[in-house]
Amino acid sequence: MLPDAVAQNPAVAALAEQIPGAILDASVAVDGLILQIAPKYIEVVCRYLKQNQDFARLSAVTGVDWWPREPRFEVLYFLHSLARNARLRLSVRVREGEPLESVCQLWRGANWYEREVFDLFGIEFRNHPNLERILMPSDWEGHPLRKDYPIHGHKYSYQEE
Amino acid sequence: MIEGKTHVESLDARHELQVADVSGLATPVPPDSTVRRMTLNMGPQHPSTHGVLRVVLELDGETILSARPEIGYLHTGIEKQFEVKKYQQGVPLTDRVDYLANLSNNLCYALAVERLLQLEIPPKAQWMRVMLCELTRIASHLIWLGTHALDIGAMSVYFYCFREREEILKIFEMFSGQRMMTSYIRIGGLALEPPRGWHPVVSKVLGRLAHGIEEYHNLLSANPIWVNRTKGVGMLPVDLMLELGVTGPMIRAAGVNMDSRKDCPHTSYEKFDFEVPVRTANDVYARFEVRMEEMRQSVRIVRQALDGMPSGPWQADAPHVLLPDRERMKTQMESLIYHFKIVTEGFPVPEGSVYQVVESPRGELAYYIVSDGTAKPYRVFMRTPSFGNLQSLGAMLEGVLIADSIAVMGSMDFVLGDVDR
Repeated sequence: MLPDAVAQNPAVAALAEQIPGAILDASVAVDGLILQIAPKYIEVVCRYLKQNQDFARLSAVTGVDWWPREPRFEVLYFLHSLARNARLRLSVRVREGEPLESVCQLWRGANWYEREVFDLFGIEFRNHPNLERILMPSDWEGHPLRKDYPIHGHKYSYQEE
Repeated sequence: MIEGKTHVESLDARHELQVADVSGLATPVPPDSTVRRMTLNMGPQHPSTHGVLRVVLELDGETILSARPEIGYLHTGIEKQFEVKKYQQGVPLTDRVDYLANLSNNLCYALAVERLLQLEIPPKAQWMRVMLCELTRIASHLIWLGTHALDIGAMSVYFYCFREREEILKIFEMFSGQRMMTSYIRIGGLALEPPRGWHPVVSKVLGRLAHGIEEYHNLLSANPIWVNRTKGVGMLPVDLMLELGVTGPMIRAAGVNMDSRKDCPHTSYEKFDFEVPVRTANDVYARFEVRMEEMRQSVRIVRQALDGMPSGPWQADAPHVLLPDRERMKTQMESLIYHFKIVTEGFPVPEGSVYQVVESPRGELAYYIVSDGTAKPYRVFMRTPSFGNLQSLGAMLEGVLIADSIAVMGSMDFVLGDVDR
């Protein structure tokens, strides 16, 4: 069902056993394992990996827009275990308008990263302490890193504001 | 919204302060309290924020009750720009992300793309990359030291540091023609052949640097004003710092031995003999010590690179990725065709994704590149160290005096280009 790489990685194998149904797929990239996680399980999976498998650090959270493929967005979590010097990539596919549970309770540093994903892609994170735009001005319309957002912006002149 | 003035115009104006409407604040102040909260805007234009950073401070006299950093003033959409450029055109973009450590960003991007391409980089190119990245580390730390000391009041250190950095910039100019935005580390190797006579020049500069670092360390570490202003300032529990995403010299000054050069070796770093300085005091002085020691270790690495520099090609053997030699392009048909194809169409990178981690002078720098099989990246995400480090500012400044906040911000060594991209 899941590839051998999963069985060989003890942390991931333990995760697959503890929370069945969370890992939808696993693949191997040039730099390590990528786990495809079901959206509703992301916070539970992160909690397990942080508390039981020693992934003390969250390196970053970011998004990719796969338009017009569905589900449109991919949110990535890059975990890092200092004790075992291991890295893990979690990938969650969400549709447009589908919110994700925030992991700010686990890692306070996820705060700004989730705000950035919200700002640039429009993905909402539930239970985030202050989900507002971070890089773009607070009254900006649109989410710039989406594939249907033009490279030069959606207006030619911003002077009338 | 907080009512009341947002900045103090003059000393007299302080007495005309309106009492802020404190009802909407997170930590409410009792109505009969004599505490007058003042909201001070450490605005985007400020000499000590080292870039366009806005910090909204709530003050009780000189004590900061809460600090809220606001970023985005330098956001130029570099990640989006990557998606419309070919891979080789993206290299100059990386220079400008962290504009004080250009070669580190070049390196991270080049390594990520080379991993997707499965290119093998010859040892000479790898050693040159290490040498130049360590020189970048020294240059970046010199700027940090100069500006940090300037903020705290030791102005002469600023001039000494920039004088030393000038020598390093001259070396970069000798190699690439550019002082700062060198784009010297390209996909597949280096941009140009290392110039004739570079070895004695770098060797001489190294001697000066080694001497200079000791001098500047002594200037400050024996200075009671410096010690008083930096010891015990800016401390935060270690696990909170780890959770907040702090990396680099800040986390090493807190006792955590985390350095990507040792943890995930790349570009032949494993062949060099160096130490990663770690301190446990976790204050501004400890961060100063860590960065000074890092400079010494970088000098050590550059010296090893000078002594053991391998000979051989400075570019990978990949005619479909790297432009051919100019003279050969003018006489051989194949080279001309390769040149034409690479310049007009670019080279396709196999489908896949990679998260490449590198140790920038500021901390853990990582590029996440997604390729869809074409000549343009599908997505480039830059995990920049200053973004993670700056997140801890709010927590670090609670209960701290304004003067200490300047010391803390200096010790964080963030660069706004890194934060906002």
